[in-house]
Amino acid sequence: MVTAQTQEAHELCISVKNLSVFYGDNQALFDISMDIPEKEVTALIGPSGCGKSTFLRCFNRMNDLIPSARVEGEILLKGNQILGNSVDVVTLRKRVGMVFQRSNPFPKSIFENVAYGPKIHGLRDRNKIEEIVEDSLKKADLWNEVKDRLHTSGIGLSGGQQQRLCIARALAVEPQILLMDEPASALDPRSTSKIEELIGVLKENYTIVIVTHNMQQAARVSQKTAFFYEGYLIEYGETEQVFQNPNEKQTEDYVTGRFG
Amino acid sequence: MKPHLAKKHAEKIFLGLALTALILTILFLFTLLWDVISDGFPKISGGFLSGYPSRKPSEAGILPALAGSAYLMALTAIIAVPIGLFAAVYLEEYANKSYLSRILELNIANLAGVPSIIYGLLGLQLFVRFADLGRSVAAGALTLSLLILPVIIIASREALRQVPKGFREASLALGATKWQTVWNQVIPNALPGVMTGCILALSRAIGETAPLICLGALTYVAFVPDSVFSAFTALPIQAFNWVSRPQAAFHENAAGAILVLLVLLVMLNSFAVFIRMKFQKQYTQG
Ligand SMILES: Nc1ncnc2c1ncn2[C@@H]1O[C@H](COP(=O)(O)OP(=O)(O)OP(=O)(O)O)[C@@H](O)[C@H]1O
Ligand SMILES: [Mg+2]
Repeated sequence: MVTAQTQEAHELCISVKNLSVFYGDNQALFDISMDIPEKEVTALIGPSGCGKSTFLRCFNRMNDLIPSARVEGEILLKGNQILGNSVDVVTLRKRVGMVFQRSNPFPKSIFENVAYGPKIHGLRDRNKIEEIVEDSLKKADLWNEVKDRLHTSGIGLSGGQQQRLCIARALAVEPQILLMDEPASALDPRSTSKIEELIGVLKENYTIVIVTHNMQQAARVSQKTAFFYEGYLIEYGETEQVFQNPNEKQTEDYVTGRFG
Repeated sequence: MKPHLAKKHAEKIFLGLALTALILTILFLFTLLWDVISDGFPKISGGFLSGYPSRKPSEAGILPALAGSAYLMALTAIIAVPIGLFAAVYLEEYANKSYLSRILELNIANLAGVPSIIYGLLGLQLFVRFADLGRSVAAGALTLSLLILPVIIIASREALRQVPKGFREASLALGATKWQTVWNQVIPNALPGVMTGCILALSRAIGETAPLICLGALTYVAFVPDSVFSAFTALPIQAFNWVSRPQAAFHENAAGAILVLLVLLVMLNSFAVFIRMKFQKQYTQG
């Protein structure tokens, strides 16, 4: 099974070519090229302000919301260009889900939180919606904790549960890719390890790109690691290699905690 | 005197002045309230609330004025709240920050400060004469709507701006369109703030006399309005009418009418505070 998985893993999911991002006159990312494999976890690490979130937000075009942001280059998702005006952003965002640093459940019931995605995409069949909600909550490992109070507010959950609710909400629209921007940075150690376990399970079915400040976390959950510094992609490779045997001096300094 | 001592004295003097100002204000307010209550309270009775105006002060009641005010407020709310909310949504969510939209914004802020009698003149020309609505409830409500729209727009924009960014991002990231996000997330979350703003605006409208007099609302109405096109009177107009009579007994009637108006205002305002408190929890927990 392990070998089958590694073989699968070599398939390409996202291909970034010469990507540059500008905020007004400030360039935040410089000529990034990078291939992200399917059904693996790719970690983005680097000091604060180096452009990790900016990079992540390119994949679901969330940078579109920032008027000053300008993106150049190419991003191919399974061979399809996702940058440019002709791309249907709604369809793209259905395929590429996102989990944010600050958990942000809607001030509605747990059920309504998860059902929101399918509903806005036109699903009306109540039974089907219930099925999706249960299924998504199970995938996010939250079902057992909330099955008796689906109709209470999502805001009443603990921080870790809220974050898993946000993961369930993202999974409910059946994405292929899951973007996570420091999903556990606001959580206690137990909730964090719960999220990490969950990521380990989810990668069987989803391609995951995760930003993290926590070196051990990157080492634990990811198969590939990309190290960014001041807008440049310094090093990208197998996680084990990046952490134990980095090619670049800067990477070594960062992963050994000498700066950042 | 040492400089820090002088500073201390200045501080004490300032504090004293501020306190005096506060006490004076409260004193004024209480004198006014006392005056109204002591004159008006004995008047309040079932007969006063359900009676019609009369030449005899002791038999006169405020039913037509009360019904007129209620009718007016309901219609004003129906007209002004949706228009104000959607104007705010447009300005806040859709309008690009161009030169034109900035001029528009500035004008809305200015309109909120225009004296209400000007709106009365506008309403007279636009609704009573041009639209030929006559001196009807509809003309009155439309005029009051114009009067409070700027306030509603400003309050609604403030409420829309306070919706946490996370809700918008989460919705858009799920593939919702801009409109779906505004309709399902932004507006519901802004609604408590919008409603508070609207209620406060309405409570301004309910006390307005000048624009209605300007429109030519009748001061003597012996019937309850039965449609939006019927003539009407309102509580402040009724009070105004009674105060301008020479007989002292009518002045007591006026005090009674004002007291009823005050109670309505307090009720509206408490409702606004209630909404704010009830929904605040949602935000602080999120
Ligand atoms: N909305 C924005 N407008 C202008 N500049 C921005 C904006 N967002 C980010 N930047 C700039 O782009 C650069 C990269 O920011 P980004 O948020 O991608 O960094 P990051 O690696 O995610 O940092 P952190 O680890 O602190 O989250 C920074 O210099 C930042 O100041
Ligand atoms: Mg970031």
